[in-house]
Amino acid sequence: MQTKRMTFPGHWLPYALLAPQVIITLIFFIWPAGQALYQSLLREDAFGIKTTFVGLENFARLFRDGDYLNSLSVTAVFAVGTTLISMGLALLMATTVNRMIRSRSTYTTLLVWPYAIAPAIAGVLWWFIFNPSIGIVPYLLDMVGYRWNHRTSGNDAMMLVIFAAAWKQISYNFLFFLAGLQSIPQSLIEAAAIDGASPLKRFWTVVFPLLSPTTFFLLVVNVVYAMFDTFGIIHATTEGGPSQATNTLVYKVYADGFVGLNLGSSAAQSVILMAIVVVLTIIQFRFIERRVNY
Amino acid sequence: MASITLEGLKKTYSGDVQAVKGVDLEVHDGEFVVLVGPSGCGKSTLLRMVAGLETITEGTLKIGDRVVNKLEPAERDIAMVFQNYALYPHMTVYNNLAYGLKNRGFNKDEIEKRVQVAAEMLEIEEFLDRKPRKLSGGQRQRVAMGRALVREPAAFLFDEPLSNLDAKLRVQMRVEIKQLQRRLKTTSLYVTHDQLEAMTLGDRLVVLNAGQIEQVGTPMQIYARPATMFVAGFIGSPAMNMVPVEYLHARGANGLLDNLPEGTDIVGIRPDDMHLAPPAGQHLIVESTLQLFEAAGAESHLYVNLADSDQPTVIRVSGQPPVAEGETLRFYVTRDALHPFNSTTGQRTGD
Ligand SMILES: Nc1ncnc2c1ncn2[C@@H]1O[C@H](COP(=O)(O)OP(=O)(O)OP(=O)(O)O)[C@@H](O)[C@H]1O
Ligand SMILES: [Mg+2]
Repeated sequence: MQTKRMTFPGHWLPYALLAPQVIITLIFFIWPAGQALYQSLLREDAFGIKTTFVGLENFARLFRDGDYLNSLSVTAVFAVGTTLISMGLALLMATTVNRMIRSRSTYTTLLVWPYAIAPAIAGVLWWFIFNPSIGIVPYLLDMVGYRWNHRTSGNDAMMLVIFAAAWKQISYNFLFFLAGLQSIPQSLIEAAAIDGASPLKRFWTVVFPLLSPTTFFLLVVNVVYAMFDTFGIIHATTEGGPSQATNTLVYKVYADGFVGLNLGSSAAQSVILMAIVVVLTIIQFRFIERRVNY
Repeated sequence: MASITLEGLKKTYSGDVQAVKGVDLEVHDGEFVVLVGPSGCGKSTLLRMVAGLETITEGTLKIGDRVVNKLEPAERDIAMVFQNYALYPHMTVYNNLAYGLKNRGFNKDEIEKRVQVAAEMLEIEEFLDRKPRKLSGGQRQRVAMGRALVREPAAFLFDEPLSNLDAKLRVQMRVEIKQLQRRLKTTSLYVTHDQLEAMTLGDRLVVLNAGQIEQVGTPMQIYARPATMFVAGFIGSPAMNMVPVEYLHARGANGLLDNLPEGTDIVGIRPDDMHLAPPAGQHLIVESTLQLFEAAGAESHLYVNLADSDQPTVIRVSGQPPVAEGETLRFYVTRDALHPFNSTTGQRTGD
């Protein structure tokens, strides 16, 4: 591939143009990451006066800590649940909207709105809707005989955060699925229809396999989203409770570090999260480059 | 095997676009019928209505003795070859061919056997394990044909299947399609906008214009006796020349034009019917100026302007006559080479 090359008259200009990006990366990413790495090896006493070097002790403690192991499985359930629900619903909506002709753009616009809402606002929205005493959903559920209370029931709380997180991501997934669907030539589906495949069979044997690059991309994006980008939602709805039931890894970093002031442990947790991001990114690049399926 | 019968078939798209305005046609059992016409005349729409990919606004469609207006594409027992081949990119060639059979619940051995037979017939056996992406255009075209014929359907429908191939391959595939159809004797409806393809492939031709049939007939019937000025201009290359009768009279017709049918005001003359040497028997003599000389190997095309009229006209002669651009040429036309038309109605007036 040939890329267009630009030549600058002096040597300083390209560096000057790059500088803002480099400085931002250094200040907001490299430096904190380094700090986290460094702090994860230290322990600070309760008053913040004395720090001692403890090596990998913080990490060792984490993996002996029942709360942390619980948080790992909470995160797994949360990430899988959020990803399945948001991708499943988005795919359903995208296939439905894709079949429309005149009203397609209207629906697309409406379906994209949730994405524009800040996570904390969305969280508050769900907080009201699901509020056990004043919310509409518990009221409706009560009529069919279900007592909703996410303040006492861990399962209810988990469902709430999964719904809230998935709802927000549906727009994004929807757009990608819709674009993916539209790039599949209509004649392929017509050929399958002539070949005697029912609509459902057409979807599973032709459309879905052809969507697999999109699906895989979204899978990684959604897992990353659920694991790292849902702090606001959890903070506004359950604050990790009740009794750790929705305390995901990211939320725990915050809770332990800023609320519990255990900086060493919090730093070690963020280092582990960093490692997870690195692994996910590698997986994504590996597979996207090879393209999935065809 | 079955016939296809179209009775008053109409298609109106939303927004009042009349793509097909009432077509009556019978494709006999085992016949190869070619639908030909200019871009946008409704050929694809008509074919897609037969396939069941487009709803029928009005009229009756029968395949065999069944009225199939409301049937799903799969229930019509037809196979279609698409212009872009529409091969399933994620399946191997084998699975592309087998897909339709699997959906219809054939057992494994039968599928295997049929795919092998089709692959052999089309010489694609060595590609069976490949994905379509790794095939050339011509090979993909064969796979698309294979997918149609493994099912042994009552009819084949083709929508410009050769238009994505280069000129040489197109001729080769054209011959193969014709031979294949002769051998299988499957009723076929073939859409093209290429009049040469239409002439060479079809048992019968249907010339379509603006959603209506202009003429139906064997290729030679249509070539020899075009029913309308549109058909005259569309079939044959270079296109037929149209010369006003008045002009010929004014240049001295020697009474040769006296017996033209009633209402004739324009005559069509094929480029090959304009001779540079005087033929035996009575003939018209027309003078013209040579504008452009086009040598096309075995034949040449002479682009001339008729004397005192500037009307562009094409003459086709064999070989390469010793003429120079700018030269004044005389050419000769016999009476039986004239196709009489009425320019207001566009219809042939007789003969
Ligand atoms: N889905 C549609 N909605 C509205 N109008 C349509 C639609 N499909 C086709 N048309 C119109 O119907 C007419 C016939 O289209 P059709 O595709 O049958 O032409 P065609 O003869 O196959 O042309 P080509 O040789 O270019 O393929 C055209 O004027 C086209 O604009
Ligand atoms: Mg067409």
